[in-house]
Amino acid sequence: MTTATANPTASTRAQRIQHAGSDVLAMTGRAVRLVIRDPDSMLISLVLPITIMVMFVYVLGGAIDVGMDYATYATPGVILLCAGYGASNTAIAVAEDMIGGAMDRFRSMPILGPAVLAGHVIASVAKNLVTTALVLVVATLLGFEPDASLLEWLGAIGVIALYILAITCIATYVGVIVRTPAAAGGFGFFMLFLPYISSAFAPPETMPAWLRGVAEHQPVTPIIETIRGLLVGLGSDAAPATDLGSTALLAIAWCAALMVVFLTAASRAFSRRRG
Amino acid sequence: MPPSEPIVVASGLRKSYGTSRRPVTVLDGIDLILHRGEVLALLGPNGAGKTTTVRILSTLLRPDAGTATIAGHDVLTAPRRVREVISLTGQYAAVDEKLTGRENLALMARLAHLPRPAARARVDDLLEAFDLTDAADRRLTTYSGGMRRRLDLAAGLLRRPQVLFLDEPTTGLDPRSRQGMWEVINEVVAQGTSLFLTTQYLEEADQLAHRVAVIDDGRVVAEGTPTELKRRVGEAGVELTFGSAALAAAAAAALAENAAVQEDRLVRMPTDGSVAHVKSLLARIEAAGAEPEHWEVRAPSLDDVFLTLTGRVARAAEKEVAA
Repeated sequence: MTTATANPTASTRAQRIQHAGSDVLAMTGRAVRLVIRDPDSMLISLVLPITIMVMFVYVLGGAIDVGMDYATYATPGVILLCAGYGASNTAIAVAEDMIGGAMDRFRSMPILGPAVLAGHVIASVAKNLVTTALVLVVATLLGFEPDASLLEWLGAIGVIALYILAITCIATYVGVIVRTPAAAGGFGFFMLFLPYISSAFAPPETMPAWLRGVAEHQPVTPIIETIRGLLVGLGSDAAPATDLGSTALLAIAWCAALMVVFLTAASRAFSRRRG
Repeated sequence: MPPSEPIVVASGLRKSYGTSRRPVTVLDGIDLILHRGEVLALLGPNGAGKTTTVRILSTLLRPDAGTATIAGHDVLTAPRRVREVISLTGQYAAVDEKLTGRENLALMARLAHLPRPAARARVDDLLEAFDLTDAADRRLTTYSGGMRRRLDLAAGLLRRPQVLFLDEPTTGLDPRSRQGMWEVINEVVAQGTSLFLTTQYLEEADQLAHRVAVIDDGRVVAEGTPTELKRRVGEAGVELTFGSAALAAAAAAALAENAAVQEDRLVRMPTDGSVAHVKSLLARIEAAGAEPEHWEVRAPSLDDVFLTLTGRVARAAEKEVAA
């Protein structure tokens, strides 16, 4: 028999692309529902930003002198911290999918293989943008005073979204390669830890030289500096980035590189991990 | 069941796991054919290679050697074509706990690229046919084991597959839910779907399959209709009930070389049904000090087939179901 008559559903290239798009949309709908209907993780996603914000402003804020109001200084860091936590949940969700029966069903269907991963990525970005909005509301209540034009706001949100996308890609890769969801949970620890060794909560120049080297060259620092530069403005002692343009470019380059590397790795590992 | 065109053809399938120095052979040269409209049951205990065979045929796993085609498409070189004609319902539920029954089916309808109005109608039809209409808008956390299995099966049918793979569809279900699954599976088959089924329940193969392939240690050790297989074992079996499990065990030990199966207080074994043979069996049991409370001669079951073919008691494997 000829394949054309046997498979009318896969006849043209255009139709295939359209189907792939609809597969990703369907999987996104699935992933969003799975996120919304996990009450434990939803609750933590809501409580965590508030707790962290309160802790930094009231517990630590009084003791740290960064040359500006600490709520204003720390807010970009808290945004990344919470996004990191949210993304790490994606690693767990992907890991659960990898060992569940659903993956066998999806793989045995004529659909775009990594569509299920794409669904998780998109749902994670959407969820973490909501968390970001929540952090900004809490931060404003606690004294965060941004000084940004609409354009600067859009730029800052764009960089935050890009960061969320990049770490979600890392989380997705972790979810694909680990054997158990519990192992994927370990990634959350790493993501919660990373912003501390950057300029997110304390200026790197107050750190020992070796740590300062790490802090100044890891991706979170240019991302933080860009967000802070856009929302709060330059010129303070605490935000020593001299040239926002090049810092922003570095931030975008980091995010893009992480995204490309881990998305490729995740989809390769996904196709390889059979049986 | 008139013989017709083959739709699944597997030949010489081999698969080993583990290291190259110490490989564990799971499939040791499997040849199978499923004809259009037919139901083939792959029958065997846990670890016999049933799931590995299904995973290879449904494009999830590459064999080390051998070939397989589904509706003329090679599973190795044209997996996408194969996926367009098959549907797999594996051992582990492929439906999402956190979604409702209807949402699960709607997701599968979207992935099947059905146009929206058609999808809605098809989902309603399947919910109706699988007796899930009342529970359609509840999340699966409220479903019983039998309802989940029915939904899982329905979720595999949105695209009207030509070949349906069911890997142990009723393992772990209570007898009533199992009966319900058999009914819906028979309805699906009646609509013309070819079914490739694995099971470790001999009764299930007897109930559902036109042909049975008995698999043991990665090889097909026998193949035929349930009736043909039963004929190979003999005309009848004798079933003896004892007052205690200990007495039954003593009797089974006394009859061991005659291939006795013991289950709790029951001992079963093949016989030609002649008075002389039954008499001699009873004499040996009595000599072992075990007096049966009750005995009867009945038609042979597929349990007897398995025992005769493999020299092992198939039911022993059922204890490992949870693994």
